[in-house]
Amino acid sequence: MIINLIDYLRDRLQTVIYCCYGVMAFIVVWSMSVDTSHAHTWAEKMIPGFWSLFGLGSCAVVVMVARWYGKSGIQAREDYYDN
Amino acid sequence: MTTSFIHPALIMIVGACLLPLVRGPFRKPYMFLIPLLTFIDVVYLSQHPGTYGVFQFMNWELTFGRVDRLSMIFGFIMALMAIIGTIYGMHVEDEWQHIAAWFYVAGSLGAIFAADYITLFLFWEMMAFASTFLIWARKDEEALAAGYRYILVHTFGGVVLLLGFVLRYQATGDLTFDQLNVSSPELYTWLIMIGLMLNAAVPPLHSWLPDAYSKATAIGAVFMCAFTTKTAVYTLIRSCSGFEVLIYLGVIMAIYGIIYAVMENDVRKLLGWEIVSQVGYMVAGVGIGTSLAINGAAAHAFAHILYKGLLFMAAGAILTSTGRQKLTQLGGLYKKMPATMVFMLIGGLAVSGLPLMSGFISKSMIITAAFESHLLWVGFALILVSAGTFLAAGLRLPYLIFFGKNNCSEETWEKAHDPSWNMQLGMAIGGFLCIFLGCYTPFLYNMLPNTDVTFHPYNAYHLSETLQVMAFTGFGFFMLRKYVMPQNTISLDIDWFYRMGGRAFLWTVKNPLQWFDTALGKFYKVVGISCLMTTSAFWSWFDWNGIDGIVDGTARCVRAIGRRVTIVLQRGAIQQTIYYTVSFAAVLLVAYVWL
Repeated sequence: MIINLIDYLRDRLQTVIYCCYGVMAFIVVWSMSVDTSHAHTWAEKMIPGFWSLFGLGSCAVVVMVARWYGKSGIQAREDYYDN
Repeated sequence: MTTSFIHPALIMIVGACLLPLVRGPFRKPYMFLIPLLTFIDVVYLSQHPGTYGVFQFMNWELTFGRVDRLSMIFGFIMALMAIIGTIYGMHVEDEWQHIAAWFYVAGSLGAIFAADYITLFLFWEMMAFASTFLIWARKDEEALAAGYRYILVHTFGGVVLLLGFVLRYQATGDLTFDQLNVSSPELYTWLIMIGLMLNAAVPPLHSWLPDAYSKATAIGAVFMCAFTTKTAVYTLIRSCSGFEVLIYLGVIMAIYGIIYAVMENDVRKLLGWEIVSQVGYMVAGVGIGTSLAINGAAAHAFAHILYKGLLFMAAGAILTSTGRQKLTQLGGLYKKMPATMVFMLIGGLAVSGLPLMSGFISKSMIITAAFESHLLWVGFALILVSAGTFLAAGLRLPYLIFFGKNNCSEETWEKAHDPSWNMQLGMAIGGFLCIFLGCYTPFLYNMLPNTDVTFHPYNAYHLSETLQVMAFTGFGFFMLRKYVMPQNTISLDIDWFYRMGGRAFLWTVKNPLQWFDTALGKFYKVVGISCLMTTSAFWSWFDWNGIDGIVDGTARCVRAIGRRVTIVLQRGAIQQTIYYTVSFAAVLLVAYVWL
């Protein structure tokens, strides 16, 4: 059943991607209507969709730092410690 | 000591000792029964808080059973995880693995209920030694080496802890294991903290964790991911809460772990890095030290044990069926292992803190505590790590194992299948609890140690914050996924220093020291032996001609004199003999009278 569902979704990958964009747009629009009086910093109150930007930025930072760090010599061949 | 107190660790120890005797059809029910009894005992104790099991040993008072709210929540989850882990591993015939696992659980429970440093140390070491056997049980060369590294690192940590509490005993005469004075720390405070910190895998003392957990057996890793670090978090809460340095270390740990998790190719090592990252939240919570932060650390440890156990169970299922644990050798497995995929997704979403999952209700408590203590940078850093966690465990890991490009060899693909019923049952219990905790918050919140604070995770602002971060992390992953594809590499870490340090030591012994030793041997052979031979020859000559000459000469002289005397004095005539004798007696008598 699960396999069939996944196959069904994979066959319609483009539609799934559009649905995801739809969900993202909905979340951002909805978040603008949410009361921000409990927010901790001014940025959260003043910038609409602050956490969306923060999420995207965080993801990019983590990916890029990991990539840069790995390429700087930390990622070594698998038999590095072999004698 | 009241008669109603039976230490939960004792049940596990006795159970483990009797396990080899229980065979055949009784084995599986027995294996279910012992952790269940332990769990019932813990639940029973939670209704009767107090101090039990106090013994006088030499000059010290040992307390085995401190039952309060803090020890209860940790005792509860450890006993629960023992049940889940044992069910998961029930099919394994090798009884040594089960014995090691149960002793390991006993060590953890013992450390949690201990109220003095000696008892704590005893169980602390029991944990370290028992868990080493869970690595060695894998029985390949890599596991053997990893086990040795693990036990050496933990012995070092144990010694630092021992040093710390002995110094403290010398200074204060107190062995009680309780909150230390962290506002003006002494040398012993630091030493105790470092000893405890090593088990929580706080950088720079963290490398043992991904190294060991990726080499342990499938069930070994399920046990190990729950007990060592979270027992250490408990001890840190108990003794070092509010220690400011832990905030910095916790945040560094959370970020460091997630960066390595994103680079990692080995599934279980990746999950190990995730532990480092998640325990970072707890350590930061302990450092913040407010009631909410401590509750958050305890709640996150509770939730973490369940979802991380679930993830390790799913990874163990993949390892058991395919024999592979590298992302570059897996992929597209949703067709062959759909149930495992569902469980791994639940675990991945729970660790990422999706609303209605356990991670959401625990992680947010620590982040809120950071904001409330006006540590804005801590709060933002931890949210950044949440995004990274979702990227690494919620998206990258399931994508590369179950969807994505199929890197499986034909043999791997043939072998891949969902695991046996007991492994699936273990995962199902774990998965259910991950969702249950997220949906029904009072279950966990009513157990938290500090009752003076309340926390409500499900408010509109918090939901919008989390959903935005997750949705856009997902978008980021979609756009940047080609940068996080697995590669056939390993990531160098701080263990490089002791692994290479060990080699440098070996090289020093093998080369310069060996050369010196050989040279010394040759020198001795050439110079020493010939000198010795010459000296011996001289002494031999001296002995023969000098000492023997004197001794033999004296003997010959005595013999000659004796012969002459005999010839002169004893001629055989009795009257002559009487004459000599009487004359000699007379001379003696006269001499005596006159002199």
